[in-house]
Amino acid sequence: MKSQYKRVYSGLSFSTVKEIKGPLLFVEAKGVSFGELVEVTTPTGEERLGQVIEVTEDIASIQVFEGTSDLEVEKTRIRFTGEPVKLRVSMDLLGRVFDGRGRVIDGGPEPIHVDEWNVHGAPINPYSRAHPSEFIQTGISVIDGMNPLVRGQKLPIFSGSGLPHMLLVSQIVRQAKVRGKGEEFVVVFGAMGITADEARWFREDFEEMGVMDRTVMFVNLAEDPAIERLLTPRLALTAAEYFSFEQHMHVLVILSDMTYYAEALREVSAAREEVPGRRGYPGYMYTDLASIYERAGRIRGGRGSVTQIPVLTMPEDDITHPIPDLTGYITEGQLIMDRDLHRRGVYPPINPLPSLSRLMDAGIGSGKTRKDHKQLSDQLYYCYAEGVAIREAAMISGEAGLTERDKLYYNFADEFERRFINQGVYDDRDIEETLSIGWELLAPFPEVELARIDPSLIKEFHPRHGLRRG
Amino acid sequence: MPVRGIISKVVGPFVTAKNVIGLHMYELVRVGSEGIIGEVIGLSGDNAFIQVYEETVGLRPGEPIEGTGKPLSVELGPGLVGRMFDGIQRPLHVLQGMAGFFIRRGLTPNALDRGEKWFLHPTAEPGSKVSGGDVLGYVDESPVVKHKILVPPDVKGVLEYVALEGEYTVEDDIAEVRWGGERICVKLMHSWPVRKPRPYRYKIPPDTPLITGQRIIDTFFPVAKGGTAAVPGGFGTGKTVLQHTLAKYADADVAIFVGCGERGNEMAGLIDEISELKIPGTDQSLLDRTILIVNTSNMPIAAREASVYTGITIAEYYRDMGYSVILMADSTSRWAEALREICGRLEEMPGEEGYPAYLTTRLAEFYARAGRVVTLNGEEGSVTVIGAVSPPGADFSEPVTQSTLRLVKVFWALDFALAHKRHFPAINWLTSYSMYFDSMKNWYEKHVTSDWVKVREEAMNLLREEEELRELVALLGPEVLTEAQRLTLEMARMIREYFLRQSAFHPIDAYSPPDKTYHMLKLILKLREKMSDAVERKVPLVELLSLPIVEEIARMKILPYDEFKKSVEKMNSEINEQIGRLIEKVIRGEEA
Ligand SMILES: Nc1ncnc2c1ncn2[C@@H]1O[C@H](COP(=O)(O)OP(=O)(O)OP(=O)(O)O)[C@@H](O)[C@H]1O
Ligand SMILES: [Mg+2]
Repeated sequence: MKSQYKRVYSGLSFSTVKEIKGPLLFVEAKGVSFGELVEVTTPTGEERLGQVIEVTEDIASIQVFEGTSDLEVEKTRIRFTGEPVKLRVSMDLLGRVFDGRGRVIDGGPEPIHVDEWNVHGAPINPYSRAHPSEFIQTGISVIDGMNPLVRGQKLPIFSGSGLPHMLLVSQIVRQAKVRGKGEEFVVVFGAMGITADEARWFREDFEEMGVMDRTVMFVNLAEDPAIERLLTPRLALTAAEYFSFEQHMHVLVILSDMTYYAEALREVSAAREEVPGRRGYPGYMYTDLASIYERAGRIRGGRGSVTQIPVLTMPEDDITHPIPDLTGYITEGQLIMDRDLHRRGVYPPINPLPSLSRLMDAGIGSGKTRKDHKQLSDQLYYCYAEGVAIREAAMISGEAGLTERDKLYYNFADEFERRFINQGVYDDRDIEETLSIGWELLAPFPEVELARIDPSLIKEFHPRHGLRRG
Repeated sequence: MPVRGIISKVVGPFVTAKNVIGLHMYELVRVGSEGIIGEVIGLSGDNAFIQVYEETVGLRPGEPIEGTGKPLSVELGPGLVGRMFDGIQRPLHVLQGMAGFFIRRGLTPNALDRGEKWFLHPTAEPGSKVSGGDVLGYVDESPVVKHKILVPPDVKGVLEYVALEGEYTVEDDIAEVRWGGERICVKLMHSWPVRKPRPYRYKIPPDTPLITGQRIIDTFFPVAKGGTAAVPGGFGTGKTVLQHTLAKYADADVAIFVGCGERGNEMAGLIDEISELKIPGTDQSLLDRTILIVNTSNMPIAAREASVYTGITIAEYYRDMGYSVILMADSTSRWAEALREICGRLEEMPGEEGYPAYLTTRLAEFYARAGRVVTLNGEEGSVTVIGAVSPPGADFSEPVTQSTLRLVKVFWALDFALAHKRHFPAINWLTSYSMYFDSMKNWYEKHVTSDWVKVREEAMNLLREEEELRELVALLGPEVLTEAQRLTLEMARMIREYFLRQSAFHPIDAYSPPDKTYHMLKLILKLREKMSDAVERKVPLVELLSLPIVEEIARMKILPYDEFKKSVEKMNSEINEQIGRLIEKVIRGEEA
């Protein structure tokens, strides 16, 4: 085989592609380093990016982010840059839109950059982490009241096809605030595999709410190359880390849709002929996803934070599918959208029972939200779980056998969905309002049923004791 | 002469090197021109497969590798307690000082501070014969850990010299042992290869429960000191919270928490909490008995694989001082996944779901390092191991859960259904088990009360009956139940709600002393006895359930221990009186 070898810039240039398989290129080359960025020039002169994912003494395996279509063994040129993949960072990223591999697509000029950061980041030293504890009020009762978000948390939305997660994300972006603080969130949006319509909708929405000047978007569309999706969330998180750890800002990162990300991962794994794990996804998917999700957090004594809201659609609404399953094993809880609630017209259709915020206890209570918050939410959980169980049983064996107590719970479940979970897209409830709706819904129960709340709190907050708040 | 070779392949955290004849399996190697650390995990011809403990981006074939002649070892000596280390025992606070808030590669600080001075109280007499495990003296490592300085396991001879009382660093010679013509210097620290269990004289069967302050565990599914337990459960079912709770409240001398491939924020939370909380029944900070080994999910997976060995070796070291040590590994599944990665890269023949065929062997070797032992110097020490398991899709039939279940004696099965109802700890009382209970009966009867076994059985039977009745109701509807059966359901509900459910975050409820646990259960069972009586005499169940005593019982878990103790008698008589009055009312009604 003919081998051309010449130096271009600092890198090595080759045109000896040995084999092309799926999204991978195998190139005969010496002196290549693991993980380095590769520029691929197609026979028609188009430039693509790749990354070395395996290297031996004379062969480098390259994953090409824009895919390998139109490449051919003879005329493809490869330039090894000798550097890991980097993002050019500066405050000028704000207000801008990039494609999934970081090229400007909003018609504006190339932003001026002050530094270049490795997109893979580095793990935060666990000793340096501050435990997240600042409550973010989203104005959405089922989140704030039952599964609150805190600064530095990673809290994904598990959605299904056709469910209104876009509306929910937009409402969170519009309403999220830390109470008593003027600081606004910087929004970093990493889109993987969403449609052009959806991308446009988000952008217009952000412009309408006036957040676009503190937003940066990295957009990989459904029709864009799949492998590029492996890069997109890393670009987004690198920008987020720059804003938070270098510029001390509070950053909200939206990553949507992680399902398409995972599919790209599977595609590469299949092309490498690795032993597949569950449902064809690679065995290292847990570790790979963790390298994304663990980039949320706060530093002790640091002023910024990275909060992540990844969105994923559960294939066939199946929560045991590896994508939601492994995500749930890494993130600090999950908000689960429920098709049944959606059918019954409840918005946001978040089912609180399987949802969870693991940082709730750190983020709420006296001085943060209100001292009755935790116990009230425990009680609401209990009553809703009971009510749903009774409602389901009644659907099978009829309502005739229901006791008075059963009926209380049954009605509670309906009312809880109608008044607590359900709210308008523009309804921004503060935490007091959320908690007082909760108390009103508990009012019909005899107090002995409210065993999850201390009597002193019942005295102070129960509407029956005349102290209605809100 | 160290063995040298050349990198021939790099893929993720795995490196192949050639021309390396003479390297040993599990030898530590320096990889590449930066000399980052790796470990030999396979040899074939003159090739070595190496797992690298740090980020490998930028490594190239052609770069050198160099053997160190030593296996991966940990430093054992004072200065471990209260600290956080990564999977290969690099002190994370020192790394922060060297590199800032993010982990950078190529840094190899010593695990133990070389400058720190410890006050040695020598206890051994020069001229005596000593061998591995003998105590030469001690230093106060923390207010609660008296760190005994042991003759390293592989040393014996005549004690020529012992240092005077005074301050020494971990590297100062504090004793000299002569063996034939050879003189061996002993220091406050020594090192030990992590994959090699530390020796002891013999194992003895565990017979003492590890008191955890968790009602469901202490009552139904206790683990013995020196025993093994597994906590499998889907995501968010409470494995980590349970293990954190054990680290805080279990009655051990030293607690080691291995965060193996899990979240960084959790570890930040744990260290905050144990810095604030006191060891139960004392005024000492929990941090003074705790050691954290942390290799989060985004840190290199080879160091994750090593982390459980680092943890258990340190546990054995404190065991050898005669202490009872608990080790929590969260999560053993992430360690098994690291093994799977290695197996895949070595192109070994995979077993089930891609895990290596030797998965069970590795797990068995790990759990076998737990135990209650007579140490080399004749003392008794123990290592209790509690491993979290994270089954994909919460499916317990997967290989890691199944292999683990064959090895451990306690099974705390965490359950999605309970967790979704916020019933915590979400330990399923019907499927969980402890195989230690029988051998510990004596202990309970001696230290808690003579009727412990009976009380426990009665409560468990009630829960089993509930399950049967529920099945009946599901089939035939609630109308078929008799009043007595309804009572059974209500009483089982009370056991679940007022006894089993225990909040790890409530300042009082989080820890329930065994005596309180016993009396709580006893009161509920007493209530049941009286209520059954009343139901037989036709007292309506609704009236019984709205008695004020029921509410008191519901809230006894949040009574501080002293207050609870004082009110036990009163609650007992209230049960008699309040129910007695209802019975009288019915009798009078009948007479009228
Ligand atoms: N004993 C408890 N008391 C109160 N809440 C609890 C208790 N145990 C668990 N929880 C709740 O459940 C949540 C999840 O628990 P935890 O983080 O321990 O789950 P896990 O099984 O370790 O999940 P993963 O496998 O994803 O790490 C906690 O954040 C807490 O809200
Ligand atoms: Mg956990």
